Amino acid sequence: MLAFAGPAFAAGALEGQAVKSEINVIAIAMFLVFVGLTLFITKWAASRTKSRSDFYAAGGGITGFQNGLAIAGDYMSAASFLGISALVFGSGFDGLIYSIGFLVGWPIIMFLIAERLRNLGKFTFVDVAAYRLQQTPIRTLAASSTLVVVAFYLIAQMVGAGQLIKLLFGLDYSTAVVIVGVLMVVYVTFGGMLATTWVQIIKAVLLLGGASFIAFMVMRHVGFSFDRMFTEAIKVHAKGEAIMGPGALVKDPVSAISLGLALMFGTAGLPHILMRFFTVKDAREARKSVFYATGFIGYFYILTFIIGFGAIILVGSNSAYLDGKGGLLGGNNMAAVHLAHAVGGEVLLGFISAVAFATILAVVAGLTLSGAAAVSHDLYASVFARGKVDDKKELKVSRIATLCLGVVAILLGIVFEKQNVAFMVGLAFAVAASTNFPILILSMFWKGLTTRGAVVGGGLGLATAVTLTVLGPAVWVKVFGYAEPIFPYDAPGLFSMSAAFLGCWLFSVTDRSAQASREATLFDSQLVRSQTGIGASTAASH
Amino acid sequence: MPTELLERISRDPHYLELTRKRSRLAWVLTAIMLAVYYGFILLVAFAPDLLKQRIGDGATTLGFPLGIGVILTAILLTGIYVWKANGEYDRLTARIHQGNAS
Repeated sequence: MLAFAGPAFAAGALEGQAVKSEINVIAIAMFLVFVGLTLFITKWAASRTKSRSDFYAAGGGITGFQNGLAIAGDYMSAASFLGISALVFGSGFDGLIYSIGFLVGWPIIMFLIAERLRNLGKFTFVDVAAYRLQQTPIRTLAASSTLVVVAFYLIAQMVGAGQLIKLLFGLDYSTAVVIVGVLMVVYVTFGGMLATTWVQIIKAVLLLGGASFIAFMVMRHVGFSFDRMFTEAIKVHAKGEAIMGPGALVKDPVSAISLGLALMFGTAGLPHILMRFFTVKDAREARKSVFYATGFIGYFYILTFIIGFGAIILVGSNSAYLDGKGGLLGGNNMAAVHLAHAVGGEVLLGFISAVAFATILAVVAGLTLSGAAAVSHDLYASVFARGKVDDKKELKVSRIATLCLGVVAILLGIVFEKQNVAFMVGLAFAVAASTNFPILILSMFWKGLTTRGAVVGGGLGLATAVTLTVLGPAVWVKVFGYAEPIFPYDAPGLFSMSAAFLGCWLFSVTDRSAQASREATLFDSQLVRSQTGIGASTAASH
Repeated sequence: MPTELLERISRDPHYLELTRKRSRLAWVLTAIMLAVYYGFILLVAFAPDLLKQRIGDGATTLGFPLGIGVILTAILLTGIYVWKANGEYDRLTARIHQGNAS
């Protein structure tokens, strides 16, 4: 049944109750160095964050390479590092299926979205959809779905963070959640996108460095031969040969395709990722950042795969890391952490623990910023105040929104401590794929899309994704405790995306209003701007 | 955007060349990526035994190089697009900007 906990797996990786461990001094010291450094950066960034453009988009002054690292940082959560290596540790080949699903959204974003988004938008992806459609309904819907995505993703991260920190650092669960919440609010309120980006860059470098080192040590152990690595792993793994091909994780073709859709197109609708295209100076740098990000993420997933197999060989057969029943101490998600200890001793263990904590901080900061932007830029400034608002006022609202999000994240993090939150990331991806993505792609590529179509279709996608998740195995069975799910699949993507696209189409082609024909006329100028960027530079500065 | 400017750009041969070339490349690359990824997913769903097939005498099965191949394809295709866009397409875009500076 673990089967299609789907993308959920990644952030929900830290499932189950972690046991509080002894206080880990090296890890805490390294973590304090990281926090000190990032707070210093936040102070520096605060002195440069004056306008809305500074706050939401780091003034557009990030280079393509830096932004590529930051995007990769947003994407490589602690959960995907620990979760995917744990999945490889447990089932071998199946782990690779997930890595691939998480990666292949990137080329699609590059070919179809990145550049037009950069040319049309200002701060959030909602700017693009609202370019020719009516501001109020479109922004309200898209901001709501953004908040749903951010809230669920954020809670999953907070719960994971609490469990992980309890386990790695020996702190209390609630202490850990409060520390994460407070730090993310500090980074975002004071340093805005500039600080958030640099926190992300530092974390990405640390994570890639640490993972590279562990993978290198594993490869050294097997004499740099993949074949020897596989041979040794088959010998010691309980499932033997079965780890060399698809196994229990893929139940049936419908699940496989539905999950594939949610993973691929969910990425293309994640608000905190899309927001990163506005931190660079132009479309050219935006393209470069996607290329670097794809390279880093692909490399990272290959590393987690080596790490998972390394853990099978070096951790799975070493009784020092196993509990009485043959399971890993601290749960299966600790595979990579134990492996760090096996190849690099206490220091590497401390380093990897600190990096895992840093990773969570960076990811929640990015999420919080996109949630705050949805409230202040899309809801407050454009809908509530109808664009008549100055920079100062909007910045104030975004900071208040950040603070509220921080408080909500801490409270819900504590409330959900004992819940299985795996479905939350799955839901976040499904909502992103079935609300944000269809509206975004249709508004850019289909002249016929009208406000009515987008609102009804997007709303249908949102409602279907949420309903099917609740009726599916992850919530209906695991959370509510019923014996049989009403909806049999964990991944609703195939159905909710179809509902969204059908809704958008049907309610657009039947829309005969004058407003609808005005929206179609505006398509040509939107197209020219999205293709050439003419008019985009002026839009970004006002 | 003023109507005259819009009409002028829409008729600009550089603009027509840019949009034609870029759209074609983007859709071709998208099609390749979708085919490669869903091809892989369909193999996982319908032909798991093929992926479990060993290569030669070693322990490595066909699934691993194929899986890593999908990851490398994703990086490669992204690279091809950026190379074309940041070279040829940006030069065309610059010409459109020059020709329509108003």
